[in-house]
Amino acid sequence: MTNPTKAPEADELGTADTLAPTDAASAPVFRGLSPGKLMWRRFLRDRTGVVSAAIVLLFILIAVCAPLISMIYGKDPGTHYGQEDVTLLTDSGLPTGPNGGISADFWFGVEPGLGRDVFMQLIYGMRTSLFIAFLTSVLTTALGVMIGIAAGYLGGKIDYFIGRVIDILMSFPSQIFLIATMPIVVSLLVASNESQPVWLPFVSVTIVLTLLGWMGLARILRATTLSLREREFIEAAKVTGASPLRIIFKELLPNLWTPILVQSTLALPAFVTAEAGLSYLGVGVGEPTPDWGRMIALAADYLRTDVTFLLFPGLAMVLFVLAFNLLGDSVRDAFDPKTKR
Amino acid sequence: MLRFLVRRSLGALVILLVISMVTFELFFAIPQDPARLSCGKVCTPENLALIRHSMGLDESTIMQFWHWFSGIFTGRDYSVGHCDAPCFGYSFVKQEMITDVLLDRFPTTLSLTFGSVVVFLLFGVGTGMLAAHKQGKPADKIASSASLIASSMQIYVAGPLALYVFVYATDWLKQPAYIPITEDPIAWFSGLLVPWIVLSLIWTANYTRMTRSSMVEQLSEDYVRTARAKGMTGRSVFLRFAWRGAMGTIVTVFGIDLGTLLGGAIITETVFGLHGLGELAIRAYFDSDLSMLVGVTLVAATLIVVFNIIVDAAYALIDPRIRLA
Repeated sequence: MTNPTKAPEADELGTADTLAPTDAASAPVFRGLSPGKLMWRRFLRDRTGVVSAAIVLLFILIAVCAPLISMIYGKDPGTHYGQEDVTLLTDSGLPTGPNGGISADFWFGVEPGLGRDVFMQLIYGMRTSLFIAFLTSVLTTALGVMIGIAAGYLGGKIDYFIGRVIDILMSFPSQIFLIATMPIVVSLLVASNESQPVWLPFVSVTIVLTLLGWMGLARILRATTLSLREREFIEAAKVTGASPLRIIFKELLPNLWTPILVQSTLALPAFVTAEAGLSYLGVGVGEPTPDWGRMIALAADYLRTDVTFLLFPGLAMVLFVLAFNLLGDSVRDAFDPKTKR
Repeated sequence: MLRFLVRRSLGALVILLVISMVTFELFFAIPQDPARLSCGKVCTPENLALIRHSMGLDESTIMQFWHWFSGIFTGRDYSVGHCDAPCFGYSFVKQEMITDVLLDRFPTTLSLTFGSVVVFLLFGVGTGMLAAHKQGKPADKIASSASLIASSMQIYVAGPLALYVFVYATDWLKQPAYIPITEDPIAWFSGLLVPWIVLSLIWTANYTRMTRSSMVEQLSEDYVRTARAKGMTGRSVFLRFAWRGAMGTIVTVFGIDLGTLLGGAIITETVFGLHGLGELAIRAYFDSDLSMLVGVTLVAATLIVVFNIIVDAAYALIDPRIRLA
């Protein structure tokens, strides 16, 4: 925990800026750095962190620029190329070329069956994954922060109630529950006789993941708030007549940024894999929206004949999750050098 | 200790009661006709009426819940026959008593879990302790990076990949299948080998990471420093002090994981085509077999809660501060 009242110490870890002396006679001037700047410096010194951040940014960039890439590449994720050009697929629906039909035209090969372009499916699928994972992270973070602080700061009956709700939610078998709540959320969003709009799977997956994803952060923040509540600076604020809202936003929240940021960085890859897991099972985002989980599920069907279809979405996902986990570790180390692992 | 256990068990009962209520109400309160859904693909009006009556859909949901819930303890009579306690209801889709199906599926999930738990607990904790012991040295770096990579693997990526490498491409191992150990122990073992390898790999990685980080944390505690300062040998500081402190975290996480795994690993079982509780749940979802889904959910939740109590008891044994608080 960074204590805001403690002045940063000038040391060799680069916790202070050494300014060049303005004239030859004066001694070097030490200027304290804000905790944010300290964190940033420590982060930049962490080579693994910077590399993994670069990989994560690259993934995000590709996802954002997918339509642009599609234009340059000259193909789109929806067209069934294999059915337009009969030479691409055999009668049994497998690509005619070796290695999943990789060629100059189809960089990552052709999807068996429908004959779509694997490269396009991959980068558009990334959009689906990242969009849902980011949205879910933001929502779970907001929910976790609100509930956690409320429980920790207000205490008493509210704390007890929130604690029991968390206990119960955590006792639910999460995989079964994710699946079982999907039709409920869907039926709440649209009447069953209406046709399902495009946004529906996105929204329902996000809601389901959010409902079962906020408890971890809320628990951590509750514990931290409980211990902070008894500290002198909060007491001082109370004595000077600060309102509860002011205390929460101006005194508590600045001290909670570290766990919030660290937890949400670590949560995002978990949501990416959870989203893909749902669509792997056929419960999440459905056709025609491209999705990594569904690509892997399809690849598993063609495993005996060609492993290529599994490699691209599989490796892309492992790489992204790995980079994001490393980034999460680095963010934690940068914020809290004591727990350097 | 006894008081502690009694208090925790009572709390757990309340949680289970709430969970079964919530599950029941959620699944049966969906604005769809549960009777129609449970009726299956070929549904005659007579059948539908029969199911409606058996489900007691003319009653309030509270009463429906009560019939279902009391059936768990006292058994229940259906038009198709008597259902002995513990009765989780009757599946009209499968046309079987849910308890029978659950009992039929559970050995698969149990075998799958048991085989991998032994491996990942021994290797994961062992490697984690070794890494913590050699902190910063090459052995630690290798163990840490390998476990980081392995823990970023998802079962639905690693599983098919392993199937390809070990089964389809090389024919080294057998296609995963569950054969009861009582029938043929060798076939039981070889049938589950590939799932065990994959599960063990991923979970070993997780436990290595967790063990290492909690050991490192414990080793930097004041009491460890004091123990060193008063001249204890490195070995006893490491094993008797730091290890005991780190065990709390590991036991807690292990209890939760074990409960979750025994409740059915849906994705794992789907990947390897094993018919355990998880596969049962996803089938029930696709068949809209709500009573089955409620049954599986409740069993899985019970396992999680029971293991939570066991964990709490173990934790209290390890750490007197918890017991005395």
